[in-house]
Amino acid sequence: MKRRLFLKSAMAGSAVATAVGAGLLTPSMVFAKTEAFKTAIKAADTAVTSAGKGSFKLKVPKIAENGAVVPVTVDASNIEGVTNISLVIKKNGTPLAASFNLTGAQGYVSTRVKMGKTSPVIALVTAGGTTTQVSQEVKVTIGGCGG
Amino acid sequence: MAKIKLKPKAKKGVIVIKALIKHPMESGLRKKKGKLVPANHIVNMTLSHNGNKVVDADTSGAVSKDPYFKFNVPGAKGDTIEIKYKDNMGKTGSATAKSK
Repeated sequence: MKRRLFLKSAMAGSAVATAVGAGLLTPSMVFAKTEAFKTAIKAADTAVTSAGKGSFKLKVPKIAENGAVVPVTVDASNIEGVTNISLVIKKNGTPLAASFNLTGAQGYVSTRVKMGKTSPVIALVTAGGTTTQVSQEVKVTIGGCGG
Repeated sequence: MAKIKLKPKAKKGVIVIKALIKHPMESGLRKKKGKLVPANHIVNMTLSHNGNKVVDADTSGAVSKDPYFKFNVPGAKGDTIEIKYKDNMGKTGSATAKSK
């Protein structure tokens, strides 16, 4: 609750509001995140830099007219034993959009994400302990985050 | 009250599960009349097949409003699919459906 009160008071003083705008308050401070999600973000960060190119399909539109709804499909059903599929949107305030831990389900996830601006969308697929990635740039004409 | 639409459909040994959860999914970064709209998004979503957890997803506010998910799970007609979610406000929701 303290966080919420803090936010309220922050909004009352415009000086602090500009601090939010200037990025002094990082999204992670504003967000309420679970521990699991935090570790997932860390894992995704390291995975993005280290993962090799994957052999699965990432289906995203080349141009998204509306950044608030960008359909994303990750099809890794050709890979056996997929344990995790993560979606990272590089230039979003919180790059990790979603992380799906799969136990028994096929390596296939389809969902819709928000995008603030034109950015590469990276899909990370973990199977048998190794992570691979496929990325594709999506052009956004109207942003979906903030604004 | 959040509404959940859950449609599992079996085809050739695979159940295609389509789920749509009615949820505002506020990222906490959007402003309305100069004020930040407080974050209100789903943080965890699980999907069970005949009582066994098959999907455990962590989601951020970067997933669209009224999130839609599609998964493929091996199974047959008549299997029970259950979806559960929890948002950062502590609210939970669930729905069950039999595969068609």
